This record gives sequence, structure tokens and C-alpha cells, in this order.
Amino acid sequence: MDDIAIKVDSVSKTFKLPHEKHTSMKSAFINFNKYMKGYETQKVLDNISFEIKKGEFFGIVGRNGSGKSTLLKLLAGIYAPNEGDIKINGKLTPFIELGVGFNPELTGRENVFLNGALLGFSRSEMEDMYDEIVEFAELERFMDQKLKNYSSGMQVRLAFSIAIRADSDILLLDEVLAVGDENFQRKCYNYFSQLKKEAKTVILVSHDMTVVKNYCTSGLLLHDGKDVVIGPISKVAKKYTEINISHLETTAARQQEKEVVDEKRWGNGEAKIIKVWTSYEKKKKKIFRPDQDIEVNIQIEANNKLDQPVIGLTFQDQQGRTVFATNTKEMNQTIGDIEKGETITATFEIENIYTNGTYLISCAIANSDRSTTFSRVEEIQDFGIAGRSMEHSLAHPKHKLTVTSTPGN
Amino acid sequence: MKQYISKQNRALLSELVRTDFKLRYQGSVLGYAWSLLRPLLLFAILYVVFVKFLRIGGDVSHFPVYLLLGIVLWNFFAEITSQGLGSIVGRGDLIRKIRIPRWMIVFSASISALINLVLNLLVIAVFVILNKVEVSASLIWLPLVLFEIYLFALGLSLFLSAAFVKYRDVSYIWEVIMQAGFYLTPILYPLAMITNETFQKLLLMNPMAQAIQDARYSVVTHETATIYGVFEGGWYMLIPFIIVILVLVSGLLYFKRESKYFAENI
Repeated sequence: MDDIAIKVDSVSKTFKLPHEKHTSMKSAFINFNKYMKGYETQKVLDNISFEIKKGEFFGIVGRNGSGKSTLLKLLAGIYAPNEGDIKINGKLTPFIELGVGFNPELTGRENVFLNGALLGFSRSEMEDMYDEIVEFAELERFMDQKLKNYSSGMQVRLAFSIAIRADSDILLLDEVLAVGDENFQRKCYNYFSQLKKEAKTVILVSHDMTVVKNYCTSGLLLHDGKDVVIGPISKVAKKYTEINISHLETTAARQQEKEVVDEKRWGNGEAKIIKVWTSYEKKKKKIFRPDQDIEVNIQIEANNKLDQPVIGLTFQDQQGRTVFATNTKEMNQTIGDIEKGETITATFEIENIYTNGTYLISCAIANSDRSTTFSRVEEIQDFGIAGRSMEHSLAHPKHKLTVTSTPGN
Repeated sequence: MKQYISKQNRALLSELVRTDFKLRYQGSVLGYAWSLLRPLLLFAILYVVFVKFLRIGGDVSHFPVYLLLGIVLWNFFAEITSQGLGSIVGRGDLIRKIRIPRWMIVFSASISALINLVLNLLVIAVFVILNKVEVSASLIWLPLVLFEIYLFALGLSLFLSAAFVKYRDVSYIWEVIMQAGFYLTPILYPLAMITNETFQKLLLMNPMAQAIQDARYSVVTHETATIYGVFEGGWYMLIPFIIVILVLVSGLLYFKRESKYFAENI
């Protein structure tokens, strides 16, 4: 037990979810029968067991609703488990979020002391740390203003500066890195590195595998309240990716393809983009694995005779960056003339070199020198790429390595 | 026991009370002065109505002080229970996100009432001097009486705050009970006005009635009816104290049992 920081032993947690919240006795009495049956029990965590060693960075990952926040609250002692047992060996941070107890009506200064007290610091201890906290948060000029006049970024900075003072052996962090600007994120990273050096035990909860993979050596994957994988982070990440892909595939299968509505269509109307869809080996597909190239099909109806038109295509990622753009002129391909009333389907085949994520397709058809746009639709169809193990690079072009060696003297 | 008065808990308590106090009178011009003004104004109204118009308590010596003491003690009781009742739900944000001893929240709500009581007792001291009340050695009983009211109110607060998490009607029910209690307790009228001896005895079984009468005995006048006088000894004069202990113990037990589930029930 000496090198174990946290031991979770077959813990289950069930919530009663009322159909309609009965918080008054009258409704409890009147609908007594209904009230007794008026809730469902939902097993949020089902028989979870794991151990975290001292000095370990442990990640808890899972999709939204998988029970990871509940598990964190159980570890923090905010919830009590229905079954099972949690043993904590060492001093644990009591909070799971930054800035707990911050009161908008109090000044920044008053909030520092209040928040400090919640972390277990006395007033005199806080007074000793006060200047450093304020300096770290870069809020010297704002400390006598009420918190409600702070921007959200300022609040996070202040909260973080206090939180890192917490003198504990085991830290619980729930999606903390999701907030703040770049500068703040860098501070977070520095803080993490420092924690690593000090051999503190850190439990990081996130739905974002990249964050967890950057810091954690081992982890736990929760899915529907069950511990799916416990072990090295690479194993956890692999399984998590699989779960995500199968989830994407099932939701994509449910979505029906829609025809382009008129409001989404621009252009002079000489041609009409009717439908845009993605496929793989001619079969409709929305989620592509790394080894599957992307086919984009564009169906166009001509309302006039079109003379050597040009068709263009772009992909945008979630941040709105264009990751790919082409057109038939660029490709040195001609479509030929399209007769009035004729419908054609153009299929582009694009090598899949992109990273995991969702992409939006925009396309257009224009005359041969592209001075007139017949029809144009933006961000009309999306497709996903999943299953790449390196997520932080935007593209994955083919590459190879050759090592040549020259023998030494 | 030591864990309950740890350094961390004391720091937390002082910050929670400080925050309570800062926020309470925020935006008001007179600020903290309201802690004194409120009971004084209330007292002025009741004094005019009951002493000047209805002419109650004419035969009780130092009736203004007698009346004021009753009001102050009842307000003390009412403030702890009403603040305590809403304290857990009101601090739901903390309870859901941080592990702090839950009883601290109820306890801190009672501390601000305690501070108000001290301020009010200062006002009473001024009236005692102005009214030329002869203070006797029985004054030493006053702290004990205050302690009894405090424990009674704290026990109720623990129970009410935990019940309020589950049933929001508790606040309405408690409001009615407090209204009834106010008239069932000899605050505005001297106990001697009730001539039926059985009723007198029944009223005095209420810990608040017993405490207020004892406080008046110790501070204002020995002529007031106390539980010792009315019951003329006998074990059942212990009933109010037994009630206080029962309320405190059951309040603690209920709170302890329910507090595990506060975070998910709020």
C-alpha cells in the first residue's frame, strides 16, 4: 500500500433520476404511487477497480456521459459510492474545478482569501502567498475590483494561480486545459512539468485524448460506466479511438443525405449543384480510416448549355482552415460541354492524408475562365477521418526514412 | 474532536463568516448598522403597540427591557434556523464541487447570527442602564441560557437544512411553525397573563419559552415566572432540556446520514 496513492475497489454508483422532479411533499403525497416508481435508477459507474501508483500521471478518458466526472467526484469525496471502497493514501486536493466558491460580488482580493480558505489555508498563510499569486495571475491592477467585472480569462488566471498553491500529494484535474489563451496554456504545461518533477500523483480527466497522451503514462478508459481498458496510455488511446470511430460510424449511418436546399446555393443559376456526397470504392461513406481514400461526388444539373465549365472543390477543417483545394482546370482536365437539362456526376478521388476530425466540403461550378459562377455551395457536406494515432499534425503525407551510415575511422 | 477544530476548518469558518457578513449588507447605505437598527425598530413598534396602546405588562417592572430581551432572543433563534435552513442549498455550488465538511456551512451560518446577538446584547445593556434595572448575581446564568438556545437552534438547523435538500416545502412549513411559535412563546406578553396553570406549564415545556423566561429572570426581574417556579420542582421541569438534547442529537444524526448525498440531491 505504500507506493499506491489511490486504490479503487469494485466501486459502483447509481443515481436516481426522477422523471419529474418532486421536490415538494405535496406532489410526493398526491402521486405517492407514481412517486415511488417515478424515478429510474441509472448505474453511472459499474464495478470499477483500479490502482494509481504514487508519482503517476493517470488519465481517465471517456466520451461525454461515460461516467468520468462522477468517478472524479467519488475520488474527491464529493459523492459517496453505493458499493465498493476507495482508499486514498496521501493528501488529496479537495476541488475538481478551478475557482470553486468564487463570488462575483466580492473583490479579487477577497476571493483569493476565500478560495484559499477552501483549499485549507489560513489567512496569514494566504497573506504570505498573496503577492506571488497576484503576480502569477498578472492581475495587479485589478485586485480591488469586483470579480463580476473580470473577464472570464482573468477569472481563470486568478483561480489557477491560487489552485497551484494547494499543497497536496494527489491532484485531481477535470478538463482544466480546455480553458484560457495560449499564454495561460503554456503556464499550465509548465506547472504540469513541475508536478512531474516533484513526483506528485496527478489524475487528469478529459475527453480529449491528445491532452491525456501528452502527460499520462497510464490510464483508464470508461465507456457507459464500465472500465473498458486499464493500463498503459497507448493501449487506452487505441481503444478510445476505436470507440470513437464506431460511434461516428453509427451516427453517420443514421444521418440521411439531403439534397442541397436553395438557400444554400449561390450563383447565377445556369447550373444547379443538386447533391454532394462522399464515398469509398463507390459505396457511400462518411467516416474514413487512414487507409481509405476519399471520393467526393458532385451531382450537377445544367439549366443552360454549359461551355467547358470548371468544377472546384475545397475541404475546411473545424477551425475553418482550408486544408485542400482543387479545380478541374488546375487538374488539367476538361469536362466538356453540358447540354441544357443534362445531369452529370463528377467524382473526385483525394488521397487521405488528413488528421482525425471532421471536414466540410464546399464546391462550385463556373465558366471556363471562372469569371461567372453558375452554382456554388459552401460547407455543404461533412465527412470524418478517424483512427490516426498521431493527432497533432494536420497532415500525414506519405513519407519514408533512409538511414545511410558511414563507418567511422 | 481535534479534527473538527483543525487549522483548516478554522480558516474556512472565518472566511465563510466574513463572506456572509460582507454580502449581507452589500449595496445598503447603512450597512452593518442594520444589524442593530432592525431589532431596535421592530422593538419600537412592538413597544408602542403593546405597552402604549394595549397596556400589556404594566405590572411587570422594567417591561421595556423585559420585552426587548424576549425579542432579541427570539430573533437570535429565528435567524439561526432560517439562515441554517437554506445554508446547504444556498451553497450548492460549493457542495457539488469541493470536499469541505458539510456541517461547516450550517455552522458558519449560525456564527453570523451569534455576532448579531452580541451586538443586540450591547443594545440591551444600554437599556438596562437607562431603565435603571438592578443587575443581580443571577446574571451569570445568562450565558448558559444563550448556550441552550444556541444548541437548540443549531440542532434544528442541521435537521432542517438536510431536509430542505430533499423537500423544498420545508421552508414554508418552518415559516408557519415560527409564526405560531412566536405567539406561543411569552415574548410580547408576560407569562402571568395566562391564568390557566396547565397552559402555563405546557407553554413552558417549549425550550424557547423556558429559555426566554430564564433569561428575563437572570437579567431583568426575579418576579418573572420561570420553569422552576411554575413546576415547583419535579423531574418534568427537565423536559425543555431533554427536548433540546433530543433535537440536537437527532439533528446531528440525520444530517450526518443525509450529508453523503447532498452533492447529488441538490
